[in-house]
Amino acid sequence: MQEVETTGYQGVSWKEPIVYQLSKKGRRGHRVPIVEDEIRAAIGNVASRVPEKMRRRHPPELPELSEPEVVRHYIRLSQETYGVDSGIHMHGTCTMKYNPKLNESIARSPKIADLHPLQDIDTVQGILQIMYEFQKWLCELSGMRDFSLQPRGGAHAVFGNAHIIRAYHRMNGELEQRREIITTVLSHPCNGGSPAAAGFEVVTLYPNEETGYPDIEALKAAVSSRTAGLMMTDPYDTGIFDSNLEEYIRIVHEAGGLVAIDQANANSLLGRLRIGDVGADLCHFNLHKSFSTPHGSTGPGTAAIGASEELSNFLPIPIVAFDGTKYYFDYDRPDSIGKLGDFYGVVPNVVRAYAWIMTMGAEGLEEASEVAVINNNYLIKKLLKVRGVTLPWHESHPFRLQEARFSLQKLKEDTGIGVTDVNHRIVDYGLQDMETSHEPWIVPEPFTPEPAETTPREDLDKFAEVLAAISHEAYTNPETVKTAPHKAAISRIDTAPSHDPRRWAMTWRAYLEKARGDKR
Amino acid sequence: MELVAVHPYIPNSDPEIKREMLGEIGVQSVEELFADVPKQIRLKKKLQLPHAKSEYHVRRDVEAILSRNKTCSELISFLGAGCWPHYVPAVCDEINSRSEFLTAYAGDVYSDLGRYQAFFEFQSMIGDLVAMDVVGFPWYSWGSVSADSARMAVMITDRHEILTPRTISPDRLSIMRRHCEGLADIKQVKNDPVSGQVSLEDLRSKISSRTAAVYIENPTYLGFVESQCEEISKIAHDHGALFTVGVEPLSLGILTPPGEYGADIVCGEGQPLGMHMNFGGGLLGFLACSDVERFVSAMPHRLISVTTTERKGEWGFTYVLPERTMFAARDKARSFTGTATALWAITAAVYLSLLGPNGLRELAEVIMQKSHYAMKRMSEIRGIRVPIFNSCHFEEFTANFDATEKTVSQVNKVLLSYGIIGGKDISREFPELGNTALYCVTEMHTSADIDRLAAALEGVV
Repeated sequence: MQEVETTGYQGVSWKEPIVYQLSKKGRRGHRVPIVEDEIRAAIGNVASRVPEKMRRRHPPELPELSEPEVVRHYIRLSQETYGVDSGIHMHGTCTMKYNPKLNESIARSPKIADLHPLQDIDTVQGILQIMYEFQKWLCELSGMRDFSLQPRGGAHAVFGNAHIIRAYHRMNGELEQRREIITTVLSHPCNGGSPAAAGFEVVTLYPNEETGYPDIEALKAAVSSRTAGLMMTDPYDTGIFDSNLEEYIRIVHEAGGLVAIDQANANSLLGRLRIGDVGADLCHFNLHKSFSTPHGSTGPGTAAIGASEELSNFLPIPIVAFDGTKYYFDYDRPDSIGKLGDFYGVVPNVVRAYAWIMTMGAEGLEEASEVAVINNNYLIKKLLKVRGVTLPWHESHPFRLQEARFSLQKLKEDTGIGVTDVNHRIVDYGLQDMETSHEPWIVPEPFTPEPAETTPREDLDKFAEVLAAISHEAYTNPETVKTAPHKAAISRIDTAPSHDPRRWAMTWRAYLEKARGDKR
Repeated sequence: MELVAVHPYIPNSDPEIKREMLGEIGVQSVEELFADVPKQIRLKKKLQLPHAKSEYHVRRDVEAILSRNKTCSELISFLGAGCWPHYVPAVCDEINSRSEFLTAYAGDVYSDLGRYQAFFEFQSMIGDLVAMDVVGFPWYSWGSVSADSARMAVMITDRHEILTPRTISPDRLSIMRRHCEGLADIKQVKNDPVSGQVSLEDLRSKISSRTAAVYIENPTYLGFVESQCEEISKIAHDHGALFTVGVEPLSLGILTPPGEYGADIVCGEGQPLGMHMNFGGGLLGFLACSDVERFVSAMPHRLISVTTTERKGEWGFTYVLPERTMFAARDKARSFTGTATALWAITAAVYLSLLGPNGLRELAEVIMQKSHYAMKRMSEIRGIRVPIFNSCHFEEFTANFDATEKTVSQVNKVLLSYGIIGGKDISREFPELGNTALYCVTEMHTSADIDRLAAALEGVV
């Protein structure tokens, strides 16, 4: 077990109890503001005004802790979490780039935090100016006519785009006939999931074994008078750019369909290609990917929808507009699909991304894309030297854009160790685990690192060295890998409750109830 | 002056490093790496965006723009309507600024144990608030989770109609309609014009074997407490429909939780639990249901269960029925999910741990006392009718200005000149209520603030 000892890393392990286990009756962590005497005198006991059957009989069974205990508990939980700031974190499809502290500091200003979304527009001209200018910058980056900043995540944006496609066909009296959205299996899952949730039937195209993307003929065969549109990701999470794109768009347009391209991850294309120029009708950018806003442990995110001239009237309301002297919310958009979500989306993310573009400038955005692609190809070169690692479609696409999807199938065949075990082991070396792949696993035993532009070369080298070390372990001492992690906060988890209604417990109250039941 | 080429966020932007790396890759130029992107579709011009600025100048410029905002802490605001002004304890911002939480994303439990535990604690504390056993991962906002609750009801019952009171938030109704398009019709049930309460008679006449769910909000969008919950629950269940409820969580310090009056699915807005308003960017939807397999299977978002590990004394966490969500099922999932509002869920867990059962109850009482004081003061002003409905109100209430012969918007313009932001104008959302505003009063308002509002209104009307 020598290798286990020499990873040089030990994950933070506090064996921290669940917060309820820290509770001591009578403690409190916060004092609420007092009620002034004159109010108390005027109003009296307010609880008695609540109709009796609506009066809560028992206070909620929340834990009781003092402020220092709460702080310590959550600081410990933060220490047991691995962010971009913690170390090598290259989760592919996610663009885990550095989140600049400047942007964080600006976005947390009370000048944003304390704004209510329904204030008179005269009092919010500053924030509206930023939203307006940011919409225009995204237009410049995408070649689209207008943007909505309302969606709170990529799947939300794709859902919105699916509704814009519906609205367009309804306007033309063709919605009943156009029931199908075509997507590609290597697109993000929401490109199938969100249009299905919006009521479409989804046709999925699979990649050609040699090119890594569908054949033109496959699309032609799928397109018909039932086609509402094509919704796909480009570039794919394989890092391959689907160079049939222009042809796809032509074919779908000829058949009367629309095209929405998922540009959640546009990190390799900033300043090099604008999806609007290629003829896409709709697109979206995730600010929490290419535009450096933090992922927040899984949100809140922002996904901005871009629409071409023909479709901009369908964007969700409101759009921020400018009449030459004043910024305002434009609700007067009769063709709009209406409200997609509450208010205007995650506005602080817009401010973060706005500050980021200001810091980067046009030349900096191009530099970011360029270095992201160099980093990725450098890493590919290193990883292909690791025993057991292969890169599907390497022959046809030796160079990739923002990321690459490798396979550990060979390692698995040789040693019995696949990506799940390797992912458990990689944590022992002090690295964040690796993105495998969205379902289905078209690439067997996949892993998808995405270095982005903010990863130093030394970290790329280190990542490759760690994978080489784990590969070596797999060939020479597989038990070490099979029983990993050894240096993480916890040992291997019992996942049986995932599928056992008697054991799953999504709340502490359910856990206590089920644990009591077990004892009886 | 030109900024130097090496960018502080881009370690390998040093031209020498780039050259070396390209050498390792085995290419002469970066251009070769982009070979897949056809030349004819590349951008042929330079982007028309501002030039790069130094950190100092970015801060200076952005803050100069932001300084044009007048915030609710600089003015006195009485706006609520789905985003409410509540005090955010300093600990909340401290924890959600922790860069591990802020910059993590999708790591597994072995690398990210802490955030999984925080999510489980969030789910647990929401479960205690609403008295439900299953709570899922946080989601975008109340509007989005109310839509999810409707879609769940359709999936569970295989029926295609949702009944909801006239008093539902019009924005949430519109979001629900958008999300249920082609799946379910949303029909509205009348409310009593005097009490505002759901008309049980109208509900009985509209409910049928086509009804998937009766969805109510409590407190309602118009601020009063719906108190016939048990009756509504019974009517729904007698017809084989589900009873779904949307809540504002702080009210549950004092109000009976939906799990105790028969709710099958509960949703709500978590922004009051430690999130700044952020111009509407601090929203956090939560979604809960009964611990019944067919309900759990219909939940659209991640669900985290506590579990054990190989070593004694450790807690582990695992996803429940992961194959159910869009991540695995793609277009067969019948719902969509994705990047959510996890940082706010962690914050809500911190907030609820700080307040505890007693703090929450006290806070709910303070809010009610202050809002009732505001109602009393405003109702003493000739020409203003406050509140319109004679039911018990929590933190929001209606104020009708018909007798003043001024529109809400005229009143609000004058108030603003006194540094006061009046209530939301709901005259267009509820024309039957005339010239009416929706006011919100919380623990943030002092008696002096409320007296100032009353004095200003005296002058206006």
